[in-house]
Amino acid sequence: MNGGDELRIDSATGVEVALPVAGAGGRAFAFLVDWHIRVALALAWYGAGALLHSYATRGTPQLEAPFDPGVGWFLGVIAPTALIYFAYHPLLEVLMRGRTPGKRYAGLRIVTRDGRTPGTGALLVRNVFRLVDSFPGLYCVGLVATLLTRQAVRVGDLAAGTVLVYERDAAASAPRWALAAPTSPRFAGLELAAELENRWPDLAPEKRAGLARDLLRRLGSAEPELATADDASLRRRLGAQLAAAGTGVGIDAGVTR
Amino acid sequence: MSNTDTGAERSSDATTQPDATAAAHPASRQEAARLGDWLSRAARWDAARARVARIGRGARDVDDAAATLEDYGAVARDLAIARRLAPRSRAREFLEDTYARLHAEIHRPAWQPRHALRQLLREELPATVRALRPHLAWVTALFVLAALCGAWLVTRHPGLVALFASDEMIATVERGELWTDSLLNVMPSAVLSVQILTNNIVVSLFAYVLGFLFGLGTFYIIGLNGLMLGGVFAFTAQHGLEGRLFEFIVAHGVVELSCICLSGAAGAAVGEALARPGLETRAAAFAAATRRTGPLMLAVTLLLLGCGFIEGYVSPNPDMPLLTRLVVGFGYFALMVALLRGWLSGASRGGDRTRR
Repeated sequence: MNGGDELRIDSATGVEVALPVAGAGGRAFAFLVDWHIRVALALAWYGAGALLHSYATRGTPQLEAPFDPGVGWFLGVIAPTALIYFAYHPLLEVLMRGRTPGKRYAGLRIVTRDGRTPGTGALLVRNVFRLVDSFPGLYCVGLVATLLTRQAVRVGDLAAGTVLVYERDAAASAPRWALAAPTSPRFAGLELAAELENRWPDLAPEKRAGLARDLLRRLGSAEPELATADDASLRRRLGAQLAAAGTGVGIDAGVTR
Repeated sequence: MSNTDTGAERSSDATTQPDATAAAHPASRQEAARLGDWLSRAARWDAARARVARIGRGARDVDDAAATLEDYGAVARDLAIARRLAPRSRAREFLEDTYARLHAEIHRPAWQPRHALRQLLREELPATVRALRPHLAWVTALFVLAALCGAWLVTRHPGLVALFASDEMIATVERGELWTDSLLNVMPSAVLSVQILTNNIVVSLFAYVLGFLFGLGTFYIIGLNGLMLGGVFAFTAQHGLEGRLFEFIVAHGVVELSCICLSGAAGAAVGEALARPGLETRAAAFAAATRRTGPLMLAVTLLLLGCGFIEGYVSPNPDMPLLTRLVVGFGYFALMVALLRGWLSGASRGGDRTRR
């Protein structure tokens, strides 16, 4: 089941799972990160292998390929370098269950169309079809496919029945102040207050003071001294609001379920 | 559900004097109880998230697994509430993410590589090959036909061999030698093997994935390979070298050419799924066809690894007698048939007939 830029999947509980689908930009970003990593790894192997090989065979460490390369050079340096470059995606996607370092950095993972972690077969098929996606160069076919398809998938994803989705950058722990009373009219204000509290050190003092006063008024504070309260006092008041919400006391308004 | 402005006004006092508010009205007490319930759920969501992360990292705890199943239902219920009451909130995002993680983890297939491998060799691979018999027959016919065409073209118009062979190859054959004669002088067997197997695997994968073009790409690869084989054989025959070429090819070629045809059959099945998807959508038929043919391509890749080593070590070795080459070539072919029919992994020969 598709829902715009979200992959919506029916589940056994009757509540749909909604996974935000990654577009061409997110995919390209992840690919570029991965490309740099695999090029770096391949070059590192080549460099170390070439130095060791030349030292072992000629007595001096050199990066240049030998004039008469033997089996050792080919099997110890060239073949592993190529293997690192070409096996990077299939191997890591299988081992990391649909992720690669680049995808993880970009907050992406591969899922099947029913939201599951894809199996080894699907991941291998997805990678085999890179031959088509990379044609005629610079992933032209894949890029066009992601721009034209509804769920921004390349040919490999079509073949494997997979979709690239964002892993939400949700808070590591439940935002208790928000979960406490989502029906409260103060809910949105509390969300903003928590956001402001988090970003307090990064904001200019006059900006954060202005925002804090606005928010505290929005949260219902009518204290006359609010206008003259200093930076530390404003932050303390914001904290008090969040602490009160976090314990469930004070958010008693508007909950009519 | 309705949210009232008066509630917001009342809450302003509550936030400055929380303790007093909680005790002020019976309604507040009721709401406090409700909030307590929410808070206890929030703690559970934290725990659910930690549990699913532990399981995702490979922890095997039965209590965790059972609790995760319960979490799935509980989080689903609260997510439904959050979607309705606070659709644009971070709380909903948090629950969406937690629920998606639970869903993915609960529905993740068990990691049983030994069982999966046995299943692949014993059931999936033979079933795939059975299903692809018509495609295999047609693709093989196309390959043979193309080879005959290539041979006829070069026999009738010898100059056309330049389409299939390089100038260097042509000059070598015209000198009465085969380009394979000095292969081991140019590069060692190990290097030769890796180069050849890489090339063969790439060709067979191309024959497969180009089925994406409604099968036309596959037919092109198969036809081109057939033309080249026929053309080169006819050219060597004109110089009396066809026997030596056969001698070179037979050890690795029987399986190698079979693998090319098998890849072509898989590609043709993918193309057919796109051209004639039946009741499914093209995307679904395409995915189903690749899922069905994937095991065969895995087997083909493994078989081509073996072909590469035979072609690097056995085929160019001038000391290897023809009989040995024939035994290697047809022995490897028998192994391939046994693998594809599931006999290597214990599938009975009768089982095939029974199922049919």
